[in-house]
Amino acid sequence: MTSTTLPERADVVVIGAGIVGNSLTYHLAERGWRSIVLLDKGPLPDPGGSTGHASNFIFPVDHSKEITALTLDSMRQYEKLGVLTTCGGIEIARTTEREEELRRRMSSATAWGIDAELISAARAVELVPFMSRDVIRSAFWTPSVAVVDPLQAGVLMREQAAAMTELTVSANTEVLDIQTAGGRVRKVITDRGDIEAGAVVIACGVWSPRIARMAGASIPLTPAVHQMIDVGPIPELAETGVEIAYPIVRDMDPFMYERQSGADLEIGSYAHRPILHDPDDIPSLAAAQLSPTQLPFTHDDFDPQMEDALELFGPILDREDVGVRHAINGLLSLTPDGGPLLGETPEVRGLWSAAAVWIKEGPGVGRALADWMTDGATEIDLHGADITRFYPHQRSRAHVRARTSEGFNKTYGIVHPREQWASSRQQRLSPFYSREQELGAEFFEVGGWERPQWYNSNADLVDEFGVADRPHEWDRRWWSPIVNAEHLAMRARGAMIDLTAFAQFEVFGPSVVDYLQRMIVGQADRPVGRLIYTPVLGPGGGFRSDLTVVRLDEHRYRIITGGADGARDRAWFTRHLPGDGSVGFVDLTSAVCTLGLWGPRARDVLAEVTEDDVGDAAFPFATARHLHIGTVPVLALRVSYVGELGWELHAPFEQGGAVWDAVAEAGRAHGIVPAGIGVYGTTGRIEKGYRLMGAELDGEYNPVEAGLAARRVKEADFIGKDAYVRARERPQAAAMCTLTVDDHHDSTGRLRYPQGGEPILTLDRTRITDRLGRPSYVTTAGAGPSVGAYLLMAYLPVEHAVEGTSLLVQYMGEYYPVTVARTDRTPLFDPDDSRMKG
Amino acid sequence: MRILVCVKRVPASGGAPQLNADGLDVRHLAFTVSPHEECAIEEAVRLVAEHGGSVTVLTVGPVEADEQLRYAISMGADDGVLVDTGTGELDPQATAAVIVDAVGDLETAAGPFDLMFFGNESPDAGHYQVGVRVAVATGRPMVGGVKGIEVDPGLSRVRLRRDVPAGVEVYETPLPAAVAVKEGLNLPRYPSMRGRLRARKASATVVRAAVSAGGLRKVRLRLPEEKQSETVLLGHGAAAAPAVVDVLQELEVL
Repeated sequence: MTSTTLPERADVVVIGAGIVGNSLTYHLAERGWRSIVLLDKGPLPDPGGSTGHASNFIFPVDHSKEITALTLDSMRQYEKLGVLTTCGGIEIARTTEREEELRRRMSSATAWGIDAELISAARAVELVPFMSRDVIRSAFWTPSVAVVDPLQAGVLMREQAAAMTELTVSANTEVLDIQTAGGRVRKVITDRGDIEAGAVVIACGVWSPRIARMAGASIPLTPAVHQMIDVGPIPELAETGVEIAYPIVRDMDPFMYERQSGADLEIGSYAHRPILHDPDDIPSLAAAQLSPTQLPFTHDDFDPQMEDALELFGPILDREDVGVRHAINGLLSLTPDGGPLLGETPEVRGLWSAAAVWIKEGPGVGRALADWMTDGATEIDLHGADITRFYPHQRSRAHVRARTSEGFNKTYGIVHPREQWASSRQQRLSPFYSREQELGAEFFEVGGWERPQWYNSNADLVDEFGVADRPHEWDRRWWSPIVNAEHLAMRARGAMIDLTAFAQFEVFGPSVVDYLQRMIVGQADRPVGRLIYTPVLGPGGGFRSDLTVVRLDEHRYRIITGGADGARDRAWFTRHLPGDGSVGFVDLTSAVCTLGLWGPRARDVLAEVTEDDVGDAAFPFATARHLHIGTVPVLALRVSYVGELGWELHAPFEQGGAVWDAVAEAGRAHGIVPAGIGVYGTTGRIEKGYRLMGAELDGEYNPVEAGLAARRVKEADFIGKDAYVRARERPQAAAMCTLTVDDHHDSTGRLRYPQGGEPILTLDRTRITDRLGRPSYVTTAGAGPSVGAYLLMAYLPVEHAVEGTSLLVQYMGEYYPVTVARTDRTPLFDPDDSRMKG
Repeated sequence: MRILVCVKRVPASGGAPQLNADGLDVRHLAFTVSPHEECAIEEAVRLVAEHGGSVTVLTVGPVEADEQLRYAISMGADDGVLVDTGTGELDPQATAAVIVDAVGDLETAAGPFDLMFFGNESPDAGHYQVGVRVAVATGRPMVGGVKGIEVDPGLSRVRLRRDVPAGVEVYETPLPAAVAVKEGLNLPRYPSMRGRLRARKASATVVRAAVSAGGLRKVRLRLPEEKQSETVLLGHGAAAAPAVVDVLQELEVL
């Protein structure tokens, strides 16, 4: 199997024989790839990357659905390979804040179907008797926590792959170059020969950026240090006679873990300062003292953690004959948003990234990527891991270093779902930015854009509309009652909203209609000036995106999509351009600014600033027209994501200030206020039941379930059509519903507000899944100020998707009654859309 | 009894040394003390545990050598002295002169050292000189290559043992004395966590020293030719046996 003779060509070359490369190789073989070459610069079975020194334990519960799904799949695979040892795991809370976080963790465990339990300090010490009970407040117990042997898993996966296909494994083989032609990967040049291949996968962990650069692609990660020490020998552990007999402990507040490793206790930390390295600066195998990814330990960084470890594990660690036997600065991969980097790179066709993956996700990633490479779709939605999600500035070394430095200590941190980054901000500023600053905007970031979430200048609206605050700090964090006040002002009078973060593309040329027909579910061949809101599907029929398309003329369309999705959508649309140049593509995001103007007074305001006719007859709903505001040429779209009469006003970026000023000036007499994304993205949207990509819409659901299926299926072929047609024909498994929270009081009488991600349960507190095994959880939570209710969106199995059904939502360890209010896209607010269409 | 242990900050071995224009490329290297010196620290700590007294660890070098002093303290040494001579490399003559001065000051302040321990030789330079030079300059008897130490209960004499090709040599000398020890003298402990925290809080004394150049100058470093080795697969399972026999016969093992 191990061969030094490389074939001249192969279906695929996988670079990197860590857990990801080995697993991917196995799954590609299983999926029928005929000839596979697996290379590594290092020796086997441990080539010297992060797989060789990882701590190898798996805690399955994560707030992220995507990561949890990959982890659970990985555990099943490790178990099947016989390299998984279940030992259980305890997450310790030393503080009340952490106890609250553990209660939130319990919600995630329930949502994703993982057995877990909140336990007392006494019970924790029963499970791991060497801990000092007095520092523990309570704990979170996950019986299925396990340790795995990823090196042995790799050996077995290579063996099994070799039995299925023509596999060449070449260790000690260095990749010198990756050649491309016409934007496609062509050949891998190594010190042992060259291999032609149509697909090349970079599974090189911390070295990935360097290998990608050879092909002209970028993989935005940085090698970073995670410190670990081994302390022993501890007789109490030695006498167990096994590698691990006690549950693994995560001491969450000091950001540490402790696990038995034979006679030793291994202690790891995510508390030390971020220590970043450069992929080009990692020592070679020859120069490394231990291995290239096990760097010299820097004592000073770890010393404070020793005190924390002694405090919790004093009974076995605080002994003179128990010493620090091994200590390393282990390298792992960090990314700007903490997610993995998976999928075909946007720069080079056929060049795939399989990087920034932890041991706990490795085999799951291998399987998902093999499916992706084979079918173009994955069972688990991976939009959060898709390497195309980054905008150009987010791929820069400066951004990667800034965000990973900030993110490292969040590894075990308590991260609020709305939490904003502090570093690498103010990257993309709309022309309205200085005006928004003057209005006291609270800026949130999306895709590098600074967007007002709410305006402190609107503080008086809180009294005007009598908006109540939220009493609990967690529910109120990264939120303000001003959001609800802005919402009510918009519904009463009108609001102007900065939407410059939209990504905007134009596609044009003789074949553009055929091209767009293939890309979107909606009918693209509509009259000039028509707006088309449409799902965009992957080949498996799940959502890739939902967006608005405007036909500007016979052979030109504008595509407008969300700021969070723009980079992925751009990669998707450009990847599918015909090769003959008959369709052109241009990204206008940085050329266009957008101001939304909505509310009952919107037409009056717009009419004051333009000489063009904006009456309903001249400018009906779902159409686009060019008009002038003063001297500024504006593309106006009569559409709304908040269910009000109004427009998106798209203007040349450099003239945006004039548009803002004109609208604000004219709007003053009408009581128009600036409103933030809190209204646009949540309150206004969910009262109207509008879906959001990444929340209600992802690759695991189809338009029928999302309530976005059109009455008819268009004639023209499009990506995902077969699956879409099948979904329409077969009985529906789940439906996107809107629920109202009926009572917000917790057991102490305090009002609590779920924030999203929580499980929806039956009245007897049973977890709900549909017949495909998909759980019901809150995709979006937020106020509906105009409907007088707090709203949750969630997919429910059809048997529960019945208006009036009473259910429960589990939030922070308590259960709140909810009622199904809508089972399709019919809005709760203004159900017949008369305001928007008026 | 008072024991002085002299240690040197050196790059940890493990990887193949890499050279750059300035000499050894230390970017990826950890620093340590030699195994001989770890044994010296261990021995000193044990002797003091048995006989009472204190262990002082002394190093000559850059301020970064504080890390090695703290390591010694985490193993149980009582205090550390760093003679800051900057980052330049010292030859054995200069090193010994600096140590002799420092020992003079320390002994003036707190009394004479009964034992001075050195590593038998440094793992980087390997001159085998510093201990002898310090012993001569301070008028102490000196034994090198020592792998066994017994101090008599009256603390007046020490018995020293070292391996030689023909057997074992045993020396006895009055205290104060100087000893250069070798790995194998004992099994040095791993520092305990509590020891490490003690070391973190300990404050090593830092003194600056004027350095007068010795007589030895390093011209340059050169890496030896890399030895090429090739692995030849002799076969699988029982079929490989005849080939193995051939090789063993070739090696005259059979």
